[in-house]
Amino acid sequence: MGQKRLMKGNEALAEAAIRAGVQGFFGYPITPQSELLEYMSKELPDRGGTFVQAESEIASINMVYGAAGAGARVMTSTSSPGFSLMQEGISYLACTEIPCVIVNVMRGGPGLGTIQPSQGDYFQAVKGGGHGDYQLIVLAPNSVQEMANFAFLGFDLADTYRVPVLILADGALGQMMESIEFPDYVVKEHLTDKSEWATTGRINGREQHILTSLHLQPEEMEMTNKILQRKYREIEAKEVRYETLFTDDADLLIVAYGLSSRVSHKALELARKEGLKVGLLRPQTLYPFPSTVLNNLAEKVKKILVVEMSAGQMVEDVQLAVEGKIPVEFYGRMGGMIPQPDDILDKLRKMNESTLNV
Amino acid sequence: MYNMVDVYISERILTPDKSMDKVWERPDLLIDVPNHYCPGCSHSVVHRLLMEVVEELDIMERTIGIAPVGCSVLAYDYLNVDMQEAAHGRATACASGIKRVFPDKIVFTYQGDGDLAAIGTSETIHTVNRGENIVMVFINNGIYGMTGGQMAPTTLEGAKTSTCPEGRNLDLMGHPIKIADMIALLDGAYYVTRQAVHNSKTVRKTKKALLKAFQYQIDGKGGTSFVEIVSNCPSGWKMTPLEANDWLAKNMFEYYPLGNIKIPQKEE
Amino acid sequence: MKTELIIAGFGGQGVLSLGMTLAYAGMLEGKEVTWMPSYGPEMRGGTAYCVVIISHKRISSPIISRFDTLIVLNQPSLDKFEKDVKTGGSIFYEENNIINSPTRDDISIHSIPAVEEAVQLKNVKIMNMILLGSYLELNPILDVDSIIKALKKVLPKQRHNLIPVNEQALIRGAEMVKGYSNQYKYSDITVDSLI
Repeated sequence: MGQKRLMKGNEALAEAAIRAGVQGFFGYPITPQSELLEYMSKELPDRGGTFVQAESEIASINMVYGAAGAGARVMTSTSSPGFSLMQEGISYLACTEIPCVIVNVMRGGPGLGTIQPSQGDYFQAVKGGGHGDYQLIVLAPNSVQEMANFAFLGFDLADTYRVPVLILADGALGQMMESIEFPDYVVKEHLTDKSEWATTGRINGREQHILTSLHLQPEEMEMTNKILQRKYREIEAKEVRYETLFTDDADLLIVAYGLSSRVSHKALELARKEGLKVGLLRPQTLYPFPSTVLNNLAEKVKKILVVEMSAGQMVEDVQLAVEGKIPVEFYGRMGGMIPQPDDILDKLRKMNESTLNV
Repeated sequence: MYNMVDVYISERILTPDKSMDKVWERPDLLIDVPNHYCPGCSHSVVHRLLMEVVEELDIMERTIGIAPVGCSVLAYDYLNVDMQEAAHGRATACASGIKRVFPDKIVFTYQGDGDLAAIGTSETIHTVNRGENIVMVFINNGIYGMTGGQMAPTTLEGAKTSTCPEGRNLDLMGHPIKIADMIALLDGAYYVTRQAVHNSKTVRKTKKALLKAFQYQIDGKGGTSFVEIVSNCPSGWKMTPLEANDWLAKNMFEYYPLGNIKIPQKEE
Repeated sequence: MKTELIIAGFGGQGVLSLGMTLAYAGMLEGKEVTWMPSYGPEMRGGTAYCVVIISHKRISSPIISRFDTLIVLNQPSLDKFEKDVKTGGSIFYEENNIINSPTRDDISIHSIPAVEEAVQLKNVKIMNMILLGSYLELNPILDVDSIIKALKKVLPKQRHNLIPVNEQALIRGAEMVKGYSNQYKYSDITVDSLI
């Protein structure tokens, strides 16, 4: 571990990506992720990489497709409206099994929306926002430290499984500063050696490498899908990540990710002060989702409260995981508004009362 | 997918008559399979020229091609180099990504008029504007072939297609776009030329143009090389190959004149 | 021990950098810190604010709605945030920028004529550091030395010549409130012991 530094989430992620050996960054300015782009433009060329400001997010993601397809560790970053534009390219990346890292520093929508933080892109991120059946590994940091940690993890997971990895942050995580230490990281060569499949040129006259998502025969296309699905099952079995706080004696369980989990943590502290037994489950991977953990917790706690900066998106996955065993309630703010600890506390109090009344 | 006539023709060509000298040989890099292109289609010729150029310049080990969406979407089934299939219109963005991270690779895109001049116009212009050191091959046949003969941005005035059955009306449908001329205005463009492959003379010229374009890239000259090839589409135009070539010579060149549009300054 | 501050004013008054300096100093003293800015168009002359939390333990939420202290440099921000100061908390405001003084009687309120002091120090931009000096005198959550060290990190190299005048500003700010009482109490957070 190195020295402590005070950094913005966007900058910490960019610095971590450079330390993870990113060879190319392609992006387009959009608030609230522009610091990431700016940091890359300043640092990456001097540290052995390439920076290109593309003409659009569509171009950015396709530059990623090209360069990652040729075997490089590359990434792009954007915020919600730009992420919508990238969906086409992401679908192609998923199908051709090209590893890369994509960052979405979410802002309020729909439409042009607002530049303030939001979690309204959960569905788009977790359910495959583009066409066809595919998944991204979706990492949800909730601190500046994790913004950095997940950049390292993201590249490793992407290369391990040959999938695009999405780091799903929000405007607040991107803009806020916290102290951070960069972990020691060594690029694992077995992960970055892509000579088996990448389009590097037919070196020594080897067989042609083709990256395509076109398989006109439906039988072939179904086989391509089956290969993807098999990989997704493996990821679901091996890569679920989450954090729990105070779940041992909890009656009420909050489920929240990203910034919402930080605010929920505060609400939990306030609630515990009042004697409410509240716990917190924080998915760090939104895909794969910690469904089994949640299903087990549903045997122990009495009620679940899902807190999101959206109209309620992850809550659907929580309900699926809980299988109707216990009530699942929701508290959310939309359009760039952030839930306040007091409001969550109020909700918890009401849930606790009705639990006692039963 | 392929037409039996194709197979017949290619078998005849490929079975050498011992009484004759060999004057033409399929380049090794052109995969020896029947292709899916319609009889008489320009794509087959341009594919062959491309692979001849890659062989002659001995750059196979460095070459990465980008296939478009359009009739040539399966170009990698014939061009025996490493290739990526890009989303519709995005070929030059993919190529930019590769070339920027791996400047030693030789990167080319191969796009039709729908891909390059309609849905991918933004990528086209900005790739050239950045002066990406790649070769862009542009097949302009004034029609959407793969989807069944719809109007393209390059369709000539009055030409009938399945989406302008009464002929292209400029007032309603806009003008055929001269994208090579547009591109030549950009400082990032190094070499912009318009060629054809409808007879042996133009085929030879096109090959020279392609050789130049790739050589510029190898030399790392400053900018994008853009080779437009005015092409036919016998099926889309509903003509025989010969009729199509005649029609092309009579109608297309007037609007899309052949020749260099921009050449490196010292060669002027 | 945890301190939750909000620093607010016009863009350009050094609101964000003041918060950043505090956060950096906190980090240098080994504490957990968060700095959460308002971002967007406010950066250019509109109202800007940042929330700084300094704690000896893991900080849960960087987003909070009640604050121990409000350091405020303009009227719209005072109007907006006065109600959000916790009972027993404090407000430090720049006298010349405020027409309608705070009215609450359950918090301690300090009016600091920082503009005049800054003019005397021949640098109006250090008004923010004078306020910080006053704040730290009555709420010694961090050493002034750490603030100076932090300035070396926060200020770009070409501005390091301004560090002495910043130091003077801190001292002047402290002198101005010396002897004043402050009812400010640190947030009592019994739950912290659980975390």
